[in-house]
Amino acid sequence: MGLFAYPFMVNALEAGTIVALMAAVAGWFMVLRRQSFAGHTLAVMSFPGASGAALAGIPLALGYFGSCSIAAIAIAAGSRGRMGRNRQQESAVIGTVQVAGFALGFLFLSLYSGVLESLETLLFGSFLGITQDQVLTLLAVAAGVAVFFVLVGRPLLYASIDPAAAQARGVPVRLLEPAFLLVLGLAVAATAQITGVLLVFALLVAPAAAAQRLTARVGAGLALTAAIGLAVTWLALSLSYYTDYPIGFFITSLGFAAYVVAHGIGRRR
Amino acid sequence: MLAQEFIRNALVAGSAIAIASGAVGYFVVLRAQVFAGDALSHVAFTGVLAAALAGIDLRVGLFAATIAVALLFAALGDRIRVDDAAIGVVFAWVLGLGVLFLYLFSRGSGGSNGAIAARTLFGSIFSLSGHQTELAAVIAALVVAGIAGISRPLLFATIAPDSAAARGVPVGALGAAFLILLAIDAAEATQAVGALLLLGLIAAPAGAAMRLTAEPRLGLAISVAAALASIWVGVALAYAAPSLPPSSAIIGVAVAIYIAAFAATWGKAF
Repeated sequence: MGLFAYPFMVNALEAGTIVALMAAVAGWFMVLRRQSFAGHTLAVMSFPGASGAALAGIPLALGYFGSCSIAAIAIAAGSRGRMGRNRQQESAVIGTVQVAGFALGFLFLSLYSGVLESLETLLFGSFLGITQDQVLTLLAVAAGVAVFFVLVGRPLLYASIDPAAAQARGVPVRLLEPAFLLVLGLAVAATAQITGVLLVFALLVAPAAAAQRLTARVGAGLALTAAIGLAVTWLALSLSYYTDYPIGFFITSLGFAAYVVAHGIGRRR
Repeated sequence: MLAQEFIRNALVAGSAIAIASGAVGYFVVLRAQVFAGDALSHVAFTGVLAAALAGIDLRVGLFAATIAVALLFAALGDRIRVDDAAIGVVFAWVLGLGVLFLYLFSRGSGGSNGAIAARTLFGSIFSLSGHQTELAAVIAALVVAGIAGISRPLLFATIAPDSAAARGVPVGALGAAFLILLAIDAAEATQAVGALLLLGLIAAPAGAAMRLTAEPRLGLAISVAAALASIWVGVALAYAAPSLPPSSAIIGVAVAIYIAAFAATWGKAF
């Protein structure tokens, strides 16, 4: 059967495309700012968000976005140092936020007696069974994320590359840091509902890390990240569809392969 | 409570793991390497599932996977630390492999995988046998001895890598040795609190200690004490409230200690 014969596959391809593009832009800044650990932790926060929302009987999406936002603010506040981010404090606070998320999620899950998606689906996701509504929600979040980067992309870039100089030139660095984490959290929360908590991160980090090995230019880097992200997502979806192996395995493996190839090319230059 | 054998085992093994994790964790936070610890802890999941799939002792897979990835990180990194994006890419891939193994394993065994996956991810300190407890104590003692053995040069290499290298300290080799100790500690702690939560014993007590003092010896002591308190109070809480999973209780206490330290030092510049 062809790839587009089933509505669920069409939805999956649409969702995958949106997710890949959103993750590409957010991930490019994340890798540039050396905040991969924060990105992974924000992704993890979807786990207590989903199980907490199920326990409280509120919409799951509310739980996802709520817990990711709280974590983004906690990380930004906890890693603030005398001069920009304090690496040690940041490292410790992110780790602590992450395990707090996992511990709460596990607690909520064991208190919840109703039928929630299985632990495996929450953690590792499934591209199957994505509804049209979910695609529309994703599109709305992606549009919001796009507007953010169009508006503050430039100052954020400046603040990421040279925070001291940016601050001296009047860029609100201390405001941009939590704002970026908040947007990263939103993007990740939207994505995690589909890819699962543990695998969003592969789409965030691998294409961006590969692209930054190949080019330091901003426009080319963003375009390359998006291209790698799309290629990885589409290939993984088709492979998963035809072979029946889990999508997460293909996404992470293809992302890893892209990074290794880029690393090899970058080293030869 | 202490009359129960499973509680005694949990307390003995838990204390051993807490001492090792508190000591290792102090250096992890000092070196800003919590992300590497996080990656190693998730890798433990893949190791266990690979061993389950191959039908060998789960602990072999656990230790082999974490130590192999620690060596990979050491090889990937420059003299001092590994690029965070490189850690992220490698560990996302290893996690993806874990998903594949989980899938293959569940297909082979007709769906009895849920228990092993959940136990690996979230631990089960109340189901340790006497033998496992002894082994945990021995391994923890080895890790603590390893840290004690390299602590002075490691501290020097962490705080002032350039002058340490100039003075002939093998900065790169120390970093690799430290990552291996971290890997052993992660594999060990996985058995008690699980692959997803062990980071709490590494990051939270040490993070609290780093906020309270900049003096290494005192910080190390506070870190170990906070990790021990997390285990003891957590085990007692979980025993008193059976619906509370022990792993969540232990990590809850560790996080509470961190938050208290955070509040006590609010407004202090770091």
